[in-house]
Amino acid sequence: MVAQNIFFGIIAFVMVVAALRVVTTKNIVHAALYLVIVLAGVAAQFILTGAEFVGVTQILVYIGAVVVLFLFGIMLTRARIGREVEVDNEKRWLAGLVALVLFAVMSFALVDAFEDSRIESVSGGTPQLTSEVSDAIFKDYLIPFEAASFLLLAALIGAIVVARRE
Amino acid sequence: MTTQLAVELAYWQQSILRSVGVIAAVLLPAGTIVYLFLFKMMSFMQSRLGPNEAGPYGSMQLLAEVGKFLQKEDLIPDGADRRVFTWAPIVVVASTFVTYVVVPFGPDAWFAQIPTGIYFALAVSSLSVIGVLMAGWSSANKYSLMGGLRAAGQLIAYELPLVLAALGVVIQAGTMDMQGIVAAQRTGEIFGFGGIGNPFILTQFVGFMIFLIAMQAELTQPPFDMPVAESELVAGYMTEYSGFRFLLFFIGEYATAGAFSAIAATLFLGGWALPGLDLDNNLMNVLGPVVLLVKILLIMFLVMWFRVTYPRFREDQLQIFAWKYLIPLSLVNITATAVLKVVF
Repeated sequence: MVAQNIFFGIIAFVMVVAALRVVTTKNIVHAALYLVIVLAGVAAQFILTGAEFVGVTQILVYIGAVVVLFLFGIMLTRARIGREVEVDNEKRWLAGLVALVLFAVMSFALVDAFEDSRIESVSGGTPQLTSEVSDAIFKDYLIPFEAASFLLLAALIGAIVVARRE
Repeated sequence: MTTQLAVELAYWQQSILRSVGVIAAVLLPAGTIVYLFLFKMMSFMQSRLGPNEAGPYGSMQLLAEVGKFLQKEDLIPDGADRRVFTWAPIVVVASTFVTYVVVPFGPDAWFAQIPTGIYFALAVSSLSVIGVLMAGWSSANKYSLMGGLRAAGQLIAYELPLVLAALGVVIQAGTMDMQGIVAAQRTGEIFGFGGIGNPFILTQFVGFMIFLIAMQAELTQPPFDMPVAESELVAGYMTEYSGFRFLLFFIGEYATAGAFSAIAATLFLGGWALPGLDLDNNLMNVLGPVVLLVKILLIMFLVMWFRVTYPRFREDQLQIFAWKYLIPLSLVNITATAVLKVVF
């Protein structure tokens, strides 16, 4: 696990730097591109922990679709080259506070749930197979899965209804 | 003579070999496609001779072209965002290289064995959209931006039928591993006859057609070339690029064509396998790449044939075709495949 730990550290460092640049950069397109680095880092971390399917899904959904739609939307409306003044606002301290609280809650939840158990003892040290993921979704978590997809469908239709108001 | 080609190599030696292999696998089909189809076939179809001075039948023309591009000045527009501008072609080419990584060329002639192979390939091939958007935005040129936006809209729309068409094959093969898909076709039987295996083009013909159309659109080849429509947008997102950076885009375009053809050949035409030779035969490590290259060229022939035959789609026709026809059709295909899979 030594090599994995080293790479975890390198990727995590790159992710933290890129995440800071997302919120500090003065250009909104640059922010979206730094977000690509953060999300690619998440995918790399998933793959390092052996969750291959989740890692590839991260690439397909977040980088291949979500960020592309971000960029598409930004470029369709306003996307100046160079520094923009209106990307800053007065609520940065509030945002920092929210981020801090979120960090505290999530780290507490993670530490509380896993304590000092290691990844190889959870996954058996082998990469997770796609069939295991699908078994878990369609057997153990069928109802939450269907509920989530129903919710997404409702949100999708709702968005269209709101956007189409005549 | 016994066919003994297997040599024991250390892991690092194998890794170096495979890394060099990827570069060859990206560049060789791309060069062959450009010379054979873009230079020669297209010329003959348009009653021209095509390049015929450099080397026999103009076969050295590619080297001349590369030399020409390398001499050109590397221009970056004044108002451009320099960093994004210089990174954009690299993102596009990198996405192509990573797509090739999962394509198997023989029982041991693979670059990386990834259990989620086809899913991985389709996921990383979608990264090139980001490079295209970066190029379109950073050029500080209205035509570039419009080209980038058109490209993004088109690539998003046609990625769905592409993935959904591949899903039919995954359901039938029961695996996302590229080697597994090859094996499923080689060992498959048609009504009890296993002489030629069961290439999925027979049972997944609708999927193959959808994949081919979506592939043509993903490659922004005519009739789907709205993003680079030269009569409207100069060259779309590539307008401001010159010299080596344009060459990178150009290589990216035809290397991606090769990558998608390789994936289509593996999914629908049986990949590197040959009927009559066992899957674990060592000879396949030498014959497999040749077999796959022939299949790649076969599919590329179809793509370039459609390219020179049909006039360009209008933007609204292009979107309607994807969302109202291809996607529903591929969903029906998936449902039918799943039902038949359970029944038989």
